[in-house]
Amino acid sequence: MKILKPPLKREDVEALEAGDKVLITGTIYTGRDAAHKRLVDLLDSNKPLPFDINGSVIFYVGPTPSPPGRPIGAAGPTTSYRMDAYAPRLIEKGLRGMIGKGPRDANVKEAMKKYGSVYLGATGGAGALMAQAVKKAEVIAFDDLGPEAIRKLEVVDFPVIVINDTKGNDLYIENVKKYKKG
Amino acid sequence: MRSISFNTVKKKVKAAIMDAAFIAGDDLMASFRRALAEEESPLGKEILNQLLENAEIAKDKRIPLCQDTGLAIFFVEIGDEVKIKGGLLTDALNEATKEAYGDAYLRKSACNCFTRKNTGDNTPAIVHYDIVKGDKLKIVFCAKGGGSENMSRVTMLKPSDGRKGIEDFVVQRVWEAQANPCPPIIVGVGIGGTFERAAIIAKKSLLAPIGKRNSDPELAEMEKSMLRKINDLGIGPGGLGGRITALDVKVIMEPCHIASLPLAVNINCHSSRHAEIDF
Repeated sequence: MKILKPPLKREDVEALEAGDKVLITGTIYTGRDAAHKRLVDLLDSNKPLPFDINGSVIFYVGPTPSPPGRPIGAAGPTTSYRMDAYAPRLIEKGLRGMIGKGPRDANVKEAMKKYGSVYLGATGGAGALMAQAVKKAEVIAFDDLGPEAIRKLEVVDFPVIVINDTKGNDLYIENVKKYKKG
Repeated sequence: MRSISFNTVKKKVKAAIMDAAFIAGDDLMASFRRALAEEESPLGKEILNQLLENAEIAKDKRIPLCQDTGLAIFFVEIGDEVKIKGGLLTDALNEATKEAYGDAYLRKSACNCFTRKNTGDNTPAIVHYDIVKGDKLKIVFCAKGGGSENMSRVTMLKPSDGRKGIEDFVVQRVWEAQANPCPPIIVGVGIGGTFERAAIIAKKSLLAPIGKRNSDPELAEMEKSMLRKINDLGIGPGGLGGRITALDVKVIMEPCHIASLPLAVNINCHSSRHAEIDF
């Protein structure tokens, strides 16, 4: 088991290999479809992003609302390919990690190799379980997007697995090959 | 005529929506345990154990099983001797949806297609009606997540494609979906009808308990055949490789046009949430 404490340096993620199990402790940011579009729109118009992207980790999630007394509701990953159109721009700006589920496209994998970033898989559909690792949550941008607003999360031992490392390995492809019949 | 009040419908449906978000069905839990016993991949087993633990936490702490608490879908069978007193049935279902998603802190996932602005209360619900004989009302609620819905497809095959063409398309669809729809999945297959009817019966097929075979021997055989082929794909729990890619395959078949062979594949994630409310 490896430990990651964002913000991350390039060498932190270069030390990871596809298949490594990782626990994240520290600050991560949420962002999914609509928030990604806005982040890239901000970059296109040379405006500052609502958080420091350099060294950061984005978790693709739209949590359920926090009930009284809890920092967050259910918080599992959403499907990542919908962010493929935006991810390379953010990786170029220093995004070191993305947490989601499902395969990424060639452009994202290329950007991960070129700029040093990793794609981390979390268990889809385990939203109640994953929420246990979230200790604090605060909306920091795009409040009007509701579940899609960007939240700053404080997590402790948030469990993920490295799907794509900086060397071009892909855990999904390698592992499915092992079990495919015929 | 039997009269059922608008408020009774709203109240019971609201309670059922909330429970479905927090409590995994017995058939689903049993299928996780069977999968755990059959899975060969250590990572696959780990994922299945997480899903069992997730279901326990969700039930004990009333945290939704999944953050995607879905769009609200209803299949309604209303007897021709039933009258809803005090309002329209569709309005009762929408109000129940609005209140349940608000009061239980469920995620509102309905939005405008172009502006992507959230409707704010998870309405409109999607309602399918069947009028049947008698004085009963049966409402089946289904919370359907977007990730698995996105992996679903409708196609119009040629009659000459036959059973093999159907099975090939379904298996290929699951292969292309890979980890996206949150495997282990449940695959709903609608064969026949028309373009839209195939999709509706594919979704309806997902409501039957996991592990229950079709009463038609040929369709039961097809379900088993497709389940075997899908589980030979090696996608596994979480898409991380393994034996159990699907927990079940369900088929509903209806007559179609002499020129057509409509086929719909509606993929459901493992967070298969539904509830039946009988009046």
